[in-house]
Formats: sequence, structure tokens, C-alpha cells
Amino acid sequence: MTPLLRAEAVSKSFGGVRALHKVSFTIAAGEIYGLIGPNGAGKTTLFNVLTGLYRLDAGRFSFDSAPLEGLAPDKVAARGIARTFQNIRLFANLSALENVMIGRHLRTRAGVFGAMLRTRATRAEEAAIEGRALELLDYVGIRARANDRAGSLPYGDQRRLEIARALATEPKLLALDEPAAGMNPTEAEVLKRLIARIRADGMTVLLIEHNMRLVMNLCDRVLVLDYGERIAEGAPAAVQRDARVIEAYLGVAPEDHAQAGTRDAA
Amino acid sequence: MSGAGRIERIAGSRAGVAMVTLALILLPFVLTQVGTSWVRILNFALLYVLLALGLNIVVGFAGLLDLGYIAFYAVGAYVYALLAGPQFGLHLPFWIILPIGALVAALFGVLLGAPTLKLRGDYIAMVTLGFGEIIRIFLNNLSQPFNLTNGPQGLARLDPLRLGEFDFSTRQEIAGFDFSGPMKTYYLLVLVAIAIIVITLRLQNSRIGRAWEAVREDETAARAMGINTTRIKLLAFAMGASFGGVAGGIFSSIQGFISPESFVLHESIIVVAMVVLGGMGNIPGVVLGALLLSFAPEVLRWTVTPVQEALFGRMLIEPEVIRILLYGFALVLIMHFRPAGLLPSAVRKRELEATRA
Repeated sequence: MTPLLRAEAVSKSFGGVRALHKVSFTIAAGEIYGLIGPNGAGKTTLFNVLTGLYRLDAGRFSFDSAPLEGLAPDKVAARGIARTFQNIRLFANLSALENVMIGRHLRTRAGVFGAMLRTRATRAEEAAIEGRALELLDYVGIRARANDRAGSLPYGDQRRLEIARALATEPKLLALDEPAAGMNPTEAEVLKRLIARIRADGMTVLLIEHNMRLVMNLCDRVLVLDYGERIAEGAPAAVQRDARVIEAYLGVAPEDHAQAGTRDAA
Repeated sequence: MSGAGRIERIAGSRAGVAMVTLALILLPFVLTQVGTSWVRILNFALLYVLLALGLNIVVGFAGLLDLGYIAFYAVGAYVYALLAGPQFGLHLPFWIILPIGALVAALFGVLLGAPTLKLRGDYIAMVTLGFGEIIRIFLNNLSQPFNLTNGPQGLARLDPLRLGEFDFSTRQEIAGFDFSGPMKTYYLLVLVAIAIIVITLRLQNSRIGRAWEAVREDETAARAMGINTTRIKLLAFAMGASFGGVAGGIFSSIQGFISPESFVLHESIIVVAMVVLGGMGNIPGVVLGALLLSFAPEVLRWTVTPVQEALFGRMLIEPEVIRILLYGFALVLIMHFRPAGLLPSAVRKRELEATRA
């Protein structure tokens, strides 16, 4: 089976800093694929090159059997990748409902003249946009807050609103950048069930997360980055025992000091 | 946004609509009693309403601060002057020129908007300010090598405003009532203003209007949601400019004479001030701002001299000078006490409440 997303030797540098170095991986359709690593490992950079916010230095992405690199962010979204942001980027002054309605932009058509003349087709589309947006708010569990200012929602609800907005674009791949950040255990548990449900409904999920319980419970496979390089990949349980992963997270064990120099060179 | 609220509002305001309509119909008759020049002043105020509504699309909806907006007014005015005047001996009818003017202005909107696409915030203001000046300087100098605009002398003896056989420039008796030229023009302007208000309201509550809001709120997030921000920003520039073009065409036809002097930077700033003072993004606010700021100088003209003479026995400061002073003062006061404008939009109100909380 051809994978949904294939990354081949993806590299990105900022000046002298190698944020990503020859990272390769594949994500199968229907999978929840975790992306973990210490702070500064290059996880968010990977999201940004994937979604077109940054340009790749080298390597390639292929999504749904067609190349993806070099596309502008809106074209990437049109191809079927929707994302959330690590530091929530909602349209804070608009209502929760309007946020999700904006997510429908991509899959709707009304233009200036349709809007000006308010044709029957435009009105029908508007009603459909609002209806779908309310459904999605319901789906993530914040329908009651539909008319509240997005920026005034509690933190966990903002995270879920961002997911609803991303789902509104009808993606094939949903990329979540630390959705559980700042959540208490109860909220994280609700989020875990939401992500599981999204996958059960047929979506593929790419998940950056620091909350290890979430990653270990949810993900089918996990990719571990450190200093922009792939250091491990596999089932969560296997990755957890991987010596290099432990080293990346916990630092170098005293007896391994002699080998420490070789790590950066590798 | 909700359907129930909208119906409620319309039903509740049916009597209100009737009263406003009646007031709009009677207004020029009342003003004529005060002084014939007031209808003319009112007409210019309505032109500013059109301009402010156009600029509001760019500044209020899409959040792109355009300080050269008057250039599109100029483009519309010159399109009329060239197509309905002695310059090239062309005398096309008004209703054909107006859409052409709107289209040409929209094209200029795209041309001048394109270089600002990569810029954000204040930098857009600087570039558009420069473009506004470039257009004016071109108009001033395009008398050579080929005389297009007749330079600083401007273009005169333009065709008066006429729709078919109906002439808006002459006095006429209709159904026993005496209608002066400006009065007839007033009714046309009110209709155009209402049309533009309806268009703007519909755009605001549409897929396009939401995309503009998204760009204003967070351009990066808007792109990640699949909005082609390049296209959506150019669309805002084009729509805003086309309203300016319409206003410019009407201005030319009312005045019968135009020159680059009418399209100076000061005018751009006044239109921005109208939008900001009234309430960016909120249509009633923008209309109010435009009316207030266009009537203010006239009111001052009638009051400043007598007040100074009564106080000091002679006039110390010219009304023109005081006007600018008072504009500045009014803007400072507004920014301090009502930073979202006199009638702020719901979104801005939310924004300010959030920052204060």
C-alpha cells in the first residue's frame, strides 16, 4: 500500500543551525503517527516545512502520491493537510463559530458577485457552511460556546476549537502541534478520546506531543527527533526502550561519556 | 449572525425604515429653506460617504491601512473627464462611464495593491501613501509628451450629470414641486449610497468577508486554513478602489471641472479619519464618520468667524486653520475615549473589552 505521506531526506537550516537533517519517514493512511523529541529537536520546523510555511532546503515530500514541496500553505491545505499551531493561532476576536466557518472557505465557492447579489446558491451555501460549522463544534464538544469570542474561551476549548477549524477544511491528514500543551490531566483525557474518535472516523493524524502518556496510548508509531535528526522510529513501547531516545531525553549516562562526541557527528 | 436575530431586527425596524426613507426624501427640501448651498454640501458629504465605505473594505475589513486611497477617486474622476468632455471630444453617457470608471479604478487597486502584498502593518501605509502621490504627480505631468490630463490646469467643461434625457444639472418642476439640480443629484447619490451600503453589508457577511476578517486577524493562520491571501487582499484593494472610482465619476459630473489639486494626500487622510472616527469595520459608524467630518468644516465656516469676533472683536485664526486643529484634536479625543470609533463594530468592541479585561 502506498503511504499517505512520505518524507525523503528532508533538510532545513536556519543560518548555521541545522533544524532538520535528512529526515525520512512515511505515514500510512488511517494511522496516528507521533512525533516526539526534546525541545528544539525540529518537530515544529518539520510541521512548518510540511505545511509550506518554510521552504525546504533539500529533500522531498510526497502526499497522496503527488509531490508536495514548494507549494504555498493555502495549496497544501487544499491538497488535504490541515494543522493546528503550538501557540494557538485562532482568529481571537471572532466568535468560535466564525472561526470554524472560515475553515470552510477552502471547500466552498461563493465569490464577490454571488455575495453581492445574494443568489439562491450563495444563500444555500451560507446555510450549509453554518450548519457544518455547528456540527464540528458539536463534534469537538464546544457547541455551547459557538457565539463566544474565540480568545475568551478556556485554554482547552481553544485547542479543541483549533481542531474543529482544521477539520472544517476536510483534510486527509490532520497535523496537531502539541494539542495537550497546558492541559490538566482531565482535559488531556478528553482530548485523547477526541483524537481517537477522529481516527476512528477515518482521518490520519500526525501528532507532536510532549505528554508521553498521550503519545504512548494513542500513537501506532512514533518518530523521535533530536537535533534535527531521526534517532528512532517504531511502536511506542519499543521507542521508549531505545537507548538513544533515553539518552536524548535524559542526557548522557556517565559511563557513556566517551561516546558523547560521536553522537553529534553521526 | 443568527437567522432569528436578523428577522427580529428587520421586523422591529420596518417602521424605522419608513421613517428614515421619509426623512431622506424630505431632507433636501428642509435644507433648501436654510440655504441653497446646503444641498450642495450634503451632496459632497454623500460622496465622502461613498469613499469612506470603499476605504472601509480595505482598512476595516481586510485590515490593510491604505493612505493613498484618494488615487482611486482621482482615477474615477479622470475616466469620466476623459470620456465625457472636450479633451478627446468623447461624450459617452454617464451610465456607461460609471462602470468603466469602477473597473479602471479596480484595476489600479490591484496594480497598487500588488507591491504591498508581502508587507504588513505600517509598511503598507507607507507604500500606499507613496502610490497615492505618484498618481497625483502623474496627473499633474501627463500633459506631455502627449496631452492626456491637461496637467495642473485640469479638465473643464465636462458633460453634466445626465441619465438618458434626465438632466441632473438643471432646475425642473416635477409633480408640482420645484427641484433644483443639486436636489436631483442628491436623490441619485442617496440611491448609489444605499446600493453601496447593501453591497458592503452583504460582502461583510459572506465567505469573502470572513476571509478578509481572517487575513486581518492572523494572516498565517488564514493561509494555513487554505485562504489564498494574495487573491483575497487584492480583491479587497479592487473592491475598495471600485467604490472610489464610482464616487470619482460622480464627482466629475457634478463639478464639471477637475484638476489634480482635488486629489492631494490631505484628502486620503481625511477619508482615513472618517473611517477611524466612525468605527472601522462597522458600516453605520463609517457613514456617521463621513457625515460628521464633511459637515464639520461647513459648520465651522459659519461659526468660527462670528465667535472670534464676539470674543476678541476681530478674527484671529482662519476657519481653515482651526479646522485642521480641531480634526487633530477630535482624533486624539476619539483615540483616548473611544478607541474603536464612535460606533464600533462588534468585533472591535470584543477586541477592546478583551484587552481591558
